[in-house]
Amino acid sequence: MSAIAELQNLSKNNGRKVPPKDNKAAHIFLIPWTIGLFLITLGPMAMSLYLAFTDYNLLQAPSFSGFENIERMLDDQRLHNSLRVTFTYVLIGVPLQLAVALAVAILLDRGMRGLSFYRSIFYLPSMLGSSVAIAVLWKQIFGTTGLVNQLLELVGIQGIGWISDPNTSLGSLILLNVWTFGSPMVIFLAGLRQVPMMYYEAASIDGASKWRQFLSITLPMISPIIFFNLVLQIIGAFQNFTQAFIVSNGSGGPADSTMFFTLYLYQQGFKQFDMGYASAMAWLLVLIVGAFTAVNFFVSKYWVFYDD
Amino acid sequence: MRSLLKHALLILGAGVMIYPLLWMVASSFRPNDLIFREAGLVISQVDWNNYPSGWNALSEPFSKYLMNSAILVLGCILGNLVSCSMAAYAFARLDFKFKKIMFALMLMTIMLPIHVIIVPQYIMFSQIGWVNTFWPIIVPKLLATDGFFIFLMIQFIRGIPKDMDEAARIDGAGHPRIFLQIILPLMVPALATTAIFTFIWTWSDFFTSLIYLTNPSNYTVQVALNAFIDSTGESNWGALFAMSIVTLVPVFLAFLFGQKYLVKGIATTGIK
Repeated sequence: MSAIAELQNLSKNNGRKVPPKDNKAAHIFLIPWTIGLFLITLGPMAMSLYLAFTDYNLLQAPSFSGFENIERMLDDQRLHNSLRVTFTYVLIGVPLQLAVALAVAILLDRGMRGLSFYRSIFYLPSMLGSSVAIAVLWKQIFGTTGLVNQLLELVGIQGIGWISDPNTSLGSLILLNVWTFGSPMVIFLAGLRQVPMMYYEAASIDGASKWRQFLSITLPMISPIIFFNLVLQIIGAFQNFTQAFIVSNGSGGPADSTMFFTLYLYQQGFKQFDMGYASAMAWLLVLIVGAFTAVNFFVSKYWVFYDD
Repeated sequence: MRSLLKHALLILGAGVMIYPLLWMVASSFRPNDLIFREAGLVISQVDWNNYPSGWNALSEPFSKYLMNSAILVLGCILGNLVSCSMAAYAFARLDFKFKKIMFALMLMTIMLPIHVIIVPQYIMFSQIGWVNTFWPIIVPKLLATDGFFIFLMIQFIRGIPKDMDEAARIDGAGHPRIFLQIILPLMVPALATTAIFTFIWTWSDFFTSLIYLTNPSNYTVQVALNAFIDSTGESNWGALFAMSIVTLVPVFLAFLFGQKYLVKGIATTGIK
């Protein structure tokens, strides 16, 4: 079961009468994890929740400021813009990436020639994609005199500076996200292999077209995997940082067009050292990501099909 | 005919995907002015200078940053292997109080944005004087904070027949021995997957290194590359490309030799 199916299952109660027997051993095996949970995860979470209601610059002790940070977020035009940029990136970039991943996975039939070669080529970019080096490459490719415009010139088109034009800069980053479709593709491939061949055989005997088979067999059978990819990629896309930082030299420009929420948070927290405001922003991000995930789980009841 | 069309489509797609990378490799051997004029892969005029000039462009030679990244990666791999396998054994094989809620917490940490803990973590680590050391990045790995790997290992351990443990228990082995002598040797593939993913992700990590490593002598390759952009602007693309290639080669090699484990690991956490 995927991590997500596990979470869905946990909510089902299977009553237990027998007392647990391995308490002592479990405590020992879980020592590092428990320390980590409290010291590295839950403790800092609680701390940042407190800091969200303070004014804190690292030098003086945090001073309680009530709802000031929240009011400031409500008025902060740059923050609203960064949310707009991030939502655009997530809502266009993720479905586009998953659609490409699924389409390519379907093209890569079981046992076809060159399968592992194709898979390697398509998978590689997703392993490299989060590197600074790839962002550097992207910056050049989509620059005014970059590779894309050199190629366009060959067919007589005068390209623009894709990264330096605020209308297209975010688009180039969305394209970069699509370029890394390899890891969801690998998950789709594994899922497609689990659909029993006999379903397709039976359907073709009944005269169902390939398209019809895709809609009535493939899609419902792999819907849990689409759901899994969707949830994970959305959570990941909300946290993207490196590429926007590198192509804009950390500014989120031009004209704040690549100012991801995480980039703005970094600027507030680690450039202005406005730790209170950054904490409030971080909690807003958690709430947004949590809300997206919750909606996803809720809606999944209507379209995700579980075999068992 | 159909299959021919499909192969043509796939080759075209693969070509588009991989072309920018090949072009970057080619361009790292070109003089600066030609990078903006040659869109092809044929290098008309080879310039070997980009590599030495990039290597020594910052206050320390690039080997220093490679070494820093390597140390960091090794520490993180070691931390993840030890701490995550211990936690995974408990979750997969042991029966204990609050297991359900702890398991749910573990799964939720996989999905938690790092930003909500990074600010207090930074404050905490700066107060104990750990900023500009590798500890803020390695210590969390020693404390099994990468839930993804715990989950991956749990899935793997569940697939190991329980008869093996039972037989050992009848022979009088306790949990530490069952874990060390039976489960660990059998879960080597899961450990390999963890090691390779940790390698690639730690090597490529930019955000946490950017925050914690501000002293040039502590830079990882990613932060060094960023500093390189800042120092030369866009005037020296050849050298910038050359060093970009240098930072990508280890990831590429890890991918090449570990692909089997990467594919398996990502597929099992997603599917079964």
